Amino acid sequence: LSQLILRSQYSRYHILFQEILPSHFCVGEENWVDSRTIYIGHKEPPPGTEAFIQQRFPDNRIVSSKYTFWNFIPKNMFEQFRRVANFYFLIIFLVQLIIDTPTSPITSGLPLFFVITVTAIKQGYEDWLRHKADNAVNKCPVHVVQHGKVVRKQSRKLRVGDVVLVKEDESFPCDLILLSSSRDDGTCYVTTASLDGESSHKTYYAVQDTKAYNEEKEVDSIHATIECEQPQPDLYKFVGRISIYMDNEPVARPLGSENLLLRGATLKNTEYIFAVAIYTGMETKMALNYQSKSQKRSAVEKSMNAYLVVYLCILISKAVINTVLKYAWQADPNRDEPWYNERTEVERQRHLIRAFTDFLAFMVLFNYIIPVSMYVTVEMQKFLGSYFIMWDDEMFDEELGERAVVNTSDLNEELGQVEYVFTDKTGTLTENNMEFIECCVDGHVYVPHAICNGQVMPGAAGMDMIDTSPGPKAREHEELFFRALCLCHTVQVKEEETVDGIKHGIHQGKSTSFYISSSPDEVALVEGMKRLGFTYLRLKDSQMEILNREDEIERFELLEVLTFDSVRRRMSVIVRANTGELYLFCKGADSSIFPRVVSGKVDQIRARVEHNAVEGLRTLCVAYRPLSPEQYQEVCHLLSSAKLALQDRDKRLAEAYDLIEKDLILLGATAVEDRLQEKAADTIESLHKAGMKVWVLTGDKMETAAATCYASKLFRRNTQILELTTKRTEEQSLHDVLFDLSRTVLRQHGGMTRDTFSGLSGDCTDYGLIIDGATLSAVMRPGQEDSNSGNYKEIFLEICRNCSAVLCCRMAPLQKAQIVKLIKASKEHPITLAIGDGANDVSMILEAHVGIGIMGKEGRQAVRNSDYAIPKFKHLKKMLLVHGHYYYIRISELVQYFFYKNVCFIFPQFLYQFFCGFSQQPLYDTAYLTLYNISFTSLPILLYSLIEQHINMDILKKDPSLYRDIAKNSLLRWPSFIYWTVLGVYDAIVMFFGAYFLFDNTTFTSNGQMFGNWTFGTLVFTVLVFTVTFKLALDTHYWTWINHFVIWGSLIFFVVFSLLWGGIIWPFLNYQRMYYVFMQMLSSGPAWLSIILLITASLLPDVVKKVIWRALWPTTTERIQVGSHMYEIKELARQY
Amino acid sequence: MMASSYNAKEEDGHPSGASGHGGPGVVKSKKPDNTAFKQQRLPAWQPILTAGTVLPAFFVIGLIFIPIGIGLYVTSNNIKEFEIDYTGVNMDSPCYTCAKNFSWNNTTPCTCSVDFTLKQPFESNVFMYYGLSNFYQNHRRYVKSRDDSQLNGGRSLTDPSKECEPYRKNDELPIAPCGAIANSLFNDTLELFHIDSNGSRNAIPLVKKGIAWWTDKHVKFRNPGGNSNLTQAFLGTTKPVNWRKPVYELDPSDPENNGFINEDFIVWMRTAALPTFRKLYRIIQKKSSTTPTLPSGKYTLDIIYNYPVLSFDGRKRMILSTISWMGGKNPFLGIAYITVGSICFFLGVVLLIIHHKYDTRNNSADIPN
Repeated sequence: LSQLILRSQYSRYHILFQEILPSHFCVGEENWVDSRTIYIGHKEPPPGTEAFIQQRFPDNRIVSSKYTFWNFIPKNMFEQFRRVANFYFLIIFLVQLIIDTPTSPITSGLPLFFVITVTAIKQGYEDWLRHKADNAVNKCPVHVVQHGKVVRKQSRKLRVGDVVLVKEDESFPCDLILLSSSRDDGTCYVTTASLDGESSHKTYYAVQDTKAYNEEKEVDSIHATIECEQPQPDLYKFVGRISIYMDNEPVARPLGSENLLLRGATLKNTEYIFAVAIYTGMETKMALNYQSKSQKRSAVEKSMNAYLVVYLCILISKAVINTVLKYAWQADPNRDEPWYNERTEVERQRHLIRAFTDFLAFMVLFNYIIPVSMYVTVEMQKFLGSYFIMWDDEMFDEELGERAVVNTSDLNEELGQVEYVFTDKTGTLTENNMEFIECCVDGHVYVPHAICNGQVMPGAAGMDMIDTSPGPKAREHEELFFRALCLCHTVQVKEEETVDGIKHGIHQGKSTSFYISSSPDEVALVEGMKRLGFTYLRLKDSQMEILNREDEIERFELLEVLTFDSVRRRMSVIVRANTGELYLFCKGADSSIFPRVVSGKVDQIRARVEHNAVEGLRTLCVAYRPLSPEQYQEVCHLLSSAKLALQDRDKRLAEAYDLIEKDLILLGATAVEDRLQEKAADTIESLHKAGMKVWVLTGDKMETAAATCYASKLFRRNTQILELTTKRTEEQSLHDVLFDLSRTVLRQHGGMTRDTFSGLSGDCTDYGLIIDGATLSAVMRPGQEDSNSGNYKEIFLEICRNCSAVLCCRMAPLQKAQIVKLIKASKEHPITLAIGDGANDVSMILEAHVGIGIMGKEGRQAVRNSDYAIPKFKHLKKMLLVHGHYYYIRISELVQYFFYKNVCFIFPQFLYQFFCGFSQQPLYDTAYLTLYNISFTSLPILLYSLIEQHINMDILKKDPSLYRDIAKNSLLRWPSFIYWTVLGVYDAIVMFFGAYFLFDNTTFTSNGQMFGNWTFGTLVFTVLVFTVTFKLALDTHYWTWINHFVIWGSLIFFVVFSLLWGGIIWPFLNYQRMYYVFMQMLSSGPAWLSIILLITASLLPDVVKKVIWRALWPTTTERIQVGSHMYEIKELARQY
Repeated sequence: MMASSYNAKEEDGHPSGASGHGGPGVVKSKKPDNTAFKQQRLPAWQPILTAGTVLPAFFVIGLIFIPIGIGLYVTSNNIKEFEIDYTGVNMDSPCYTCAKNFSWNNTTPCTCSVDFTLKQPFESNVFMYYGLSNFYQNHRRYVKSRDDSQLNGGRSLTDPSKECEPYRKNDELPIAPCGAIANSLFNDTLELFHIDSNGSRNAIPLVKKGIAWWTDKHVKFRNPGGNSNLTQAFLGTTKPVNWRKPVYELDPSDPENNGFINEDFIVWMRTAALPTFRKLYRIIQKKSSTTPTLPSGKYTLDIIYNYPVLSFDGRKRMILSTISWMGGKNPFLGIAYITVGSICFFLGVVLLIIHHKYDTRNNSADIPN
C-alpha cells in the first residue's frame, strides 16, 4: 500500500512538473511516470520506436483483508489500544501489575481482556470472511489468451497486458480495455450494478481498429501498446491512447471511459469479449474506491466525552485529596506505623516514590468510576439497536422491495437531534418518475392523450392541439421536432427474450422491448414521442431507426454524440439522414439553449417554458442546426483532436462542444412532470411541527423548484417569500438586498420573540427564502477588499435563521455541501441532516451530521455514501420522530445511568478511606468490583436502552411537537448531568453512612457474634445493586417480559452468585475473605431491615422529584403520557 | 406495436427490476418479519409515576415503617448494656501502672482489677465483649497480612504467603500463623467477679464456645495434620513475634479450641470494619429462669494487662450486653425507620395536596385531546 501511495505522490509531482515544462519537453511523453505503458499480450514494440521503461505492476490479487495470520495479534492490539478508553484501562491495568495496589489486576484486567477479546474475535472473524472472499475472488478462473490459445488461469495471476476472454454474465477480473466483442459492431453491454448500483445496461465500445479481431488467434496477432494514466479512483474518468502497429506504422487512437471495462461490472447480452488488462489488483478503480468514509461522531458521544473528562477530573481530585489527607494523617508515626502494623524494610526505604505510588493506588481504587463496560454497552446498544430500523415494517417499501438500510450505527441517537433538514428535490421530494406532459413546437402545444390505449393514431388525432392547426411550414418543423427528440438521446432499447410461452403467444412471436436510460427524463421523452406517433426502434450499426406516423422506418446514421454533462446542461447528436443531410440536434435546459439560439419563435417558447416551470414541470428545449459537409468535417476534426488528447481531455472536449453547439435554431420545448412522492407534504409538515427547518437544495430552476415547494407545503399560502436571486441582485447590489431582507425579517422577529418561545407560532407570518446558486457563491465568496464580505455570511445566516423554509435552486453538488457546512459552522452548531438520492447529493450527505440516502432511480451512490438509507422520503418521518426520538431517550438514559451507577459504586469506597486511615482498603470484594459493571447491573440497562418506549410510537408520530422536547441535547445538558451525579452522591452517602451507623460499635446478630469489614462492604454492595436496579426499574416506562426477566433476573443472579461465591472454599483463591459472609449477613434480621430501609431512603428523593416535577412543571411528553394513560383507563371503564 | 407500448408502460415504474433479475423472490426476502419484537410492539405494562399513583405507596410505606421503627426503638431501649474503659489513661484508673509500665520484654504479666456496679440486673444471656478504639484493623496493609491457606491447614504452613511480610519469617523460620493480624492478637485476659452483699468474690463462669462463626471454626480454619498432635504438626514453624506462647498452646485444655481453631483467635482474625470496634469475648449463660444472669450489684473485672494501646492513642473497653432478636443496643435503626416513615407520610400528604391542585387540572386539560 505504501508503494501505491508513494507512486501516486510521485506521479502527482510529475503532473505538476509537466505543467511547468515547456511543450517541446513533452515529446517523450511516453516515458512519464504518471502514465503507464502496456504491451498487449506482452509483445515488445517493434524496434525503432521509443525506448520504453519497463514498469512493474502489481498482480491481480485483491486484498481487502486488514490482517494476516502473523500480524493479527500485534496489529489488532495496536489498533484497539489506540482508542483512548482502552488505553486508559490498559494503563490502569499496568499500574496494578507494577505497583502494590488495593485491588488485584484481575479486577480491571478481566473486563479489559473481555472487551479486547470480544472485539478482536469480531474483527478477526470479519477479517477471516474477507480473506475467504478475497481468496474466492483471487482464485476464480479467468481465461487468458496465450500464443493463440485460451488458457485458464487463477484470477490473481493475471498481469497487466494479458489479453482476457470474458463470457456473458461473467464479471470482469480487472480493469480492461475492450479490444473486440462477439458483436460485429464491437460493442458490448455491461451492468455496473455492483459498482454503483445502476442496473441499466451500459454500452461500451471496442477500439475501432481492433474490433474485427474477435477470434483468439486473431487477437493474439494484435501488436499494440496502450498508454494511459496511472490508476485513479474516479469511476467515470479515463484517458488513454492505443498505438497499433500495422505494417510497422503505429496508428494512435484515443481511449476513453467508453472503452474501459471496470472490475466488478458484469458482461450482459454479449456472447464474449476480448480485452486487455490495464489496471490489476489493488490498482483497479473498484479497489481504489474502497476507502472508508470519515467517521462521524454524534452529539451524544461528544457530551459523553465531556462527562468523561469531568469524571476524570473527579477521579484525579479524589485521588489527590486522599493522598494529601493520607500524608497529613500519617504525620504521627504511631498512626503511620503502629506496633501492630509495621511496614517491611523495602516499603520503608521507598520514600520518594511512595507518594506517587499512593496516588496511583488511589487512582486504581477509584478507577471504576469510568467504566470499561460503558463503552461496550454503548457499542452494543448502537449496533443491536440499529436492527430495529432495518426491521421496521413501516419503512419497507412494497413497490421497490427495499427496506431501510443502516450503514453506520454510530448516529442512531443523532436522528433525534436534527434541527436542519437539507433535502434534494428530484427523486427525494418527487418520485423521479417522469411522465411526458406536453410539448410545444413553435408555440403550438401538443398534449398526448392522457389515456393511451396503446394504439398509435395517425396524424394529429393522437394529440390535442391547443392552438389552431399549423400550416405546412409548421408541420415540417413539428416533424423535425419529433425526430429530434427521437434521435437526440442515449436511450437503449432492451429486447426482452420472453421464454414464457404464453407471453410469447400474446405478443404474436414479436419480442417485446422497452427503453433503458440512465436519465428518466429521456425515457419519458422517447415514450412521449411514441405516443405522438414517432417510435424509436433501435440503434443498429450506427443507424438509428425510427418508425414514423406513416408506419415507415426512417434511418439516420448516428455520427457523433456530444454527451450530457451537468456543466453544459445539454447534449447533442449529429446525424445524417437518408437524404444525406446532416443535422445537429441539441436538447438541454432553457438557460443553456436560449443563448445559443439564432432563430426560431423564442418568445412564445420562452413564455410556455416559464409557464410550465411555474406549474412545477421539468422543461427542456430542443434546437437544431443543419450542417454542411464542410462544417461537419470541421466538427469531426475538433472532436477527434480533443478526443486524442491525453491530458485535459475533458476540458478540451468541453471547448470543442462549445464551438460546435452554436447558431442553433429553436424548435420547441418539452414538459415532463415529476410527481411528488406520496406523503411528502405530510412529512414536511411533520418535520416543521417537530421544530426542524427544512431546506430544499436543488439543481432545478427556481420556478419549478418553488412550485414543488408549494406543493409539498414547504411554503404555504401565507408564507412571505424573500428572494435572493440573480434577478434581484442585478437590480440592486448584493449588499443592499441582504440588508433589506435582514431588516424585514428582524423587524418581524423582534416583535415575535415572545410568541415563538411560548410554543407553536402558528398565526404569525413565516418567511420562506429563495436563493440561487450564483447569488449564494457571491455571498460565500471569501475575502474581498472590503471587510463587508465577511458580514455577508453572517447576515445571510441571520436571515436564514428566521425563515422557516429555504429553497436553494440552481445548486452545484459542491454548493450543496457548502451550504450544509455553513449552517453546521454557524454559532448554534445545529445538527444537520442531508437527504438525497443522486450522485449530486453525495457531497452534502457526507458533509451533514447525518446523511440519508433515498433508494431512488439515479443509481446507488447516495445510498452507499449515506449513514442511513430509506426507500422513500416519507419514511424520514418515522425515522426521525420515532426511531430518532427513542434512540435519543434510550442512549441519554444509558449514559446518565452509567455514570450514576458508578458514582453510587465508587463514592462509598471513597468515603471508606476516611475510616481506614487512607490506606486504599477496598470496601468491596474483588469479585464484586469486577462483576458489578459486567454482570450485576449491565443487562437491565442494555435492554432498557434497546426497548424503552417512554411514549407510544403512534403518539410520537401523531404529535411531532414532542420532538422539540428533546431538542438541543436536552437530556444530556449539564443540569441533568449534575442532577444525576448529585443523586449518585446522595445514594452513596445514604448507603455508606447507613451501614456505618448500623455497624458502629454494636452487635448485629442475635447470637452476639460480630461482623467484619467484608460484611460491611457486602451490605453496602447489596443495597447498591438493588438501589441501582430499582432506580432503572422506576425509569422504565415500557415493561415487556424481557425487562421483567432481565431486571429481576439480574437481582436473582446477584443473590445466587453471592451465595455461591461465599458458599465454597475456592481452592484457586489465596484468600477466603468472603467465605459465608453473605449468608451470615442474610441470617441477621437487622441486616434485612437495614437493606430495605436504605433502598427506600435512596430511591425516595428521585421519586419525589419526578412526581413533583411532573405535577408542577410537566413537559409535553409527560402531559401526553398522563393523558394517554388516563385515556386508556377511561376506555377500559367504558368497555365494562 | 401494441405489445411494445403496453410493456413499456408497465415497466415504467420498475426500472430497478428492468434487468430482469430481482424478481419477487428478492422482494420477499427483504421484507422484514412482522413480529411484535422486531416491530417494537411487544405487549408491555406502561406504568407512569404520577402523584396519584405514588400517593398510596407513600402512605403504605409510612404506615409500615413507623410501627417497625417504634418496635425497633423499644427493643433497642430494652437491651441492657454496660461498658467500661480499662485502658488506664488517667492516674486514678486502676490499670494506669500496667499501661504506663508496659514493655514487650516483661515476663511477669501485669494485672489490675476494675470495680463497677450494675444498677439493673441483666436478665437473659449476657455477652461479654472487648472493645478497641483507634485501632485500624481495616488498614489495607493489615487486612491483607494473612494467609488463608495456612490457616486452613494447607500446604503453605511452612511457606507463608508474601502478603504476610514483615511477619512472615522470624530467624529463617516460618511464622505460624503469619501476618500482622495474627501477630497482634488481643491477649488481655478478662475475668469477671460478682461481689455479693457480704463482700466475697464469686467468679462468673465465662463460656468461650460459640463466640466465632460456626463456619469459620469448622471449615475456614483448620489445623495442619488434623488435631492429633499439634506440637508435631507445627514443627518447623515459629510463633508470631509478639506472642508469648506458640499457637498450639493457645488453649491446651481443649484440643477442639487449640491451634488455628482457637475461637479467640478466629474472632480476632475477622477484621473489623471500623477503627472503633468490639469483639465477642465470652458468653455468660443464663443459669435458671428465676435468677438474673447478672444481678444488679458490685462487680470486679480482673485484667491481665498484656495489650498495649496507648502508643497509638487507643482505648480498651469491656462491654456487657444482652442481645435481642435484632442484636445489640442500636437506637439508630429504629430512629431511621421512624424518620423515613414519617418523611414518607409527610410527602404523601404533600403529594395529596399537589395531586388535588395540579394533576386534576392537567388531566382535565388533556383528556379532550
